[in-house]
Amino acid sequence: MRILKILLLASIVIVCFLGFLVYPGDESHYFWEKIPVFEAVFGFIGCIVLIVFAKILGRFFLERRENYYD
Amino acid sequence: MINPVPPFLIYLIGALLIPLLRGKAKKCLLVIIPIVAFVDLLHIPHGTYWTFPFIGYELIFGQVDKLSMLFSYVFVIMSFAGFLYALHVDDDLQHVAVMCYAGSALGVAFAGDLFTLYAFWELMAVASVFVIWADRSKRAIDAGFRYLMVHLFGGAVLLAGIVIYASQTGSIAFGRLGGNGIGFWLILVGFILNAAVPPLHPWLPDAYPAASVTGAVFLTAYTTKTAVYTLLRAFPGVEVLVYLGAAMTVYGVLWAIIENDMRRLLAYHIVSQVGYMVAGVGIGTGLSMNGSASHAFCHILYKALLFMGAGAVIQATGLRKMSDLTGRGLYKKMPLSLIFYMVGAFSISAVPLFNGFISKPMIVKAAEAAHNIPVFFLVHLASIGTWLCVGLKLPYYTWFGKPRSGAKEIEAKKPPVNMLWGMGFLAFLCIAIGIYPDVLYRILPYPVNFHPYAPPHIIGTLQMLLMTGVGVWLLLGKLAPHAVINLDTDWFYRKGASLFVKFCYGMSSVRTGMQNLSIDLVDGVITVSKNPIYAVESLFSKKKHGMPPYNADTYRQAIGKGVMVSIILFCVLCLLLFARLTQLSK
Repeated sequence: MRILKILLLASIVIVCFLGFLVYPGDESHYFWEKIPVFEAVFGFIGCIVLIVFAKILGRFFLERRENYYD
Repeated sequence: MINPVPPFLIYLIGALLIPLLRGKAKKCLLVIIPIVAFVDLLHIPHGTYWTFPFIGYELIFGQVDKLSMLFSYVFVIMSFAGFLYALHVDDDLQHVAVMCYAGSALGVAFAGDLFTLYAFWELMAVASVFVIWADRSKRAIDAGFRYLMVHLFGGAVLLAGIVIYASQTGSIAFGRLGGNGIGFWLILVGFILNAAVPPLHPWLPDAYPAASVTGAVFLTAYTTKTAVYTLLRAFPGVEVLVYLGAAMTVYGVLWAIIENDMRRLLAYHIVSQVGYMVAGVGIGTGLSMNGSASHAFCHILYKALLFMGAGAVIQATGLRKMSDLTGRGLYKKMPLSLIFYMVGAFSISAVPLFNGFISKPMIVKAAEAAHNIPVFFLVHLASIGTWLCVGLKLPYYTWFGKPRSGAKEIEAKKPPVNMLWGMGFLAFLCIAIGIYPDVLYRILPYPVNFHPYAPPHIIGTLQMLLMTGVGVWLLLGKLAPHAVINLDTDWFYRKGASLFVKFCYGMSSVRTGMQNLSIDLVDGVITVSKNPIYAVESLFSKKKHGMPPYNADTYRQAIGKGVMVSIILFCVLCLLLFARLTQLSK
């Protein structure tokens, strides 16, 4: 588990660094294309938002016992 | 030179031959039919043929262009992989149903007019419901009936649309549909019901996980993708599809995050992935249409692979729910299935070198290029959700998971080896197309000018995937599956139906009440007319007792005496009469 954690963090650092290298510069149309680590930030926030939102939806509205329809 | 025949015919002939053969011969037939169909496809030229006149219209069984060829190729490839996976199954019903199902999907892909399309459309619905029923469990039979009801409704809407459209425009040609009349919209509703667009989607996560391990693999491929094909042909650039598609990508993901049943989770991801294709159709540019077509192609391959992986686990352990599987060390027993499953998971999550990476970004880029920013962000968000559910949650809680105290190590039978062949074949295709996308790009309907392996795109994708991994790591406890089910829009018709049944019971008890009341009334009238004095008496007497029941012994003496007296009187009368008569005759 420890090794996996270190590997994950190391590869994140590498791809974020690479993000700066392939920076498209003035060719971009939108502001987020100008941020080299945009995808990383979007991935993290999007993941948290999706999980939290889905859990709220499930807990308060959708979850039922398994024999609900029987 | 081979004279090509309509490919659906090959499958229908195959369906007829299956019950006649046994053992090895049957297995050979299952594999040979798709190969024959593939060779047939290679010899079919573009154009319009196999036409038949029909009540003043022309039925066209062969309208062949790049779009129909693309879908036919993948339908045939899919049937080959699926039959490999199902080779050990000795169930004629399922094999025949699948043959008809695949054949009718090919019929839709080649249909050149709306009537032919409708015929194959309904045949597909009926064949697929038998694929579901082939599991023969109560769950499958119930879900099959619900599936059938929904699809017959969809078919009725489609037929109404076709008839109205044909009578308004005078044309039944199946191409880009024009006009803005009610026929146009009804046909659209018929199509998007099969594409599982919310809120018309719940038949899909309801029925597919209820089918047998092998049957479900076929179901994932045909119904929704023929719907995407028909949308691509008939409704490119219809704006409402962009928003429906974008919404359904996220909808499928949200429901998948909280799902416990493995194949139901994957079924919600069909909804999500078809959302990309629907949105691509709605955007309607060459890039987005190519994206939808190629994503449908890739989706069939990796989604079948994912269902095969989950199916292998069900076949081996008999367990479908992640809450039953988690923490029991399945990775030690089924490492190969895990590897094949992960190839599918990498593909659906658009990891570089896998086939999703070369098709899905076309649609995302097309949304961006069309300056549709909300849609761009929605489909992008759904990509995160796809990786988080299919790539991380499902494999983690199925094959790994925190060891639970008291949970026995899992028992897993070895799955039949042909299941591994089927998975291996699809895994190979997923990777091969991912590495060498030109093989797919060459057969797309529009000229392709898209380079998936641009460095910023690769780096961006990796950033997103890795950081999603971090997010999942932090919230892993929140994702743990529980033994619950989640409501969906099928609640309306499932609960609605039971409400309707209750209403019928209510109406029936009103009727029974009326009947009992009238019976009581008639009884009362009978009592009064039988013995009015008694009835009046019983009204005033304090003792409330009904009329005493008739007993022959009670009245025997009284009646006997009465009868005797009458006989004596009769005899006396006769004597008197006789005496009088003799007096008169003298």
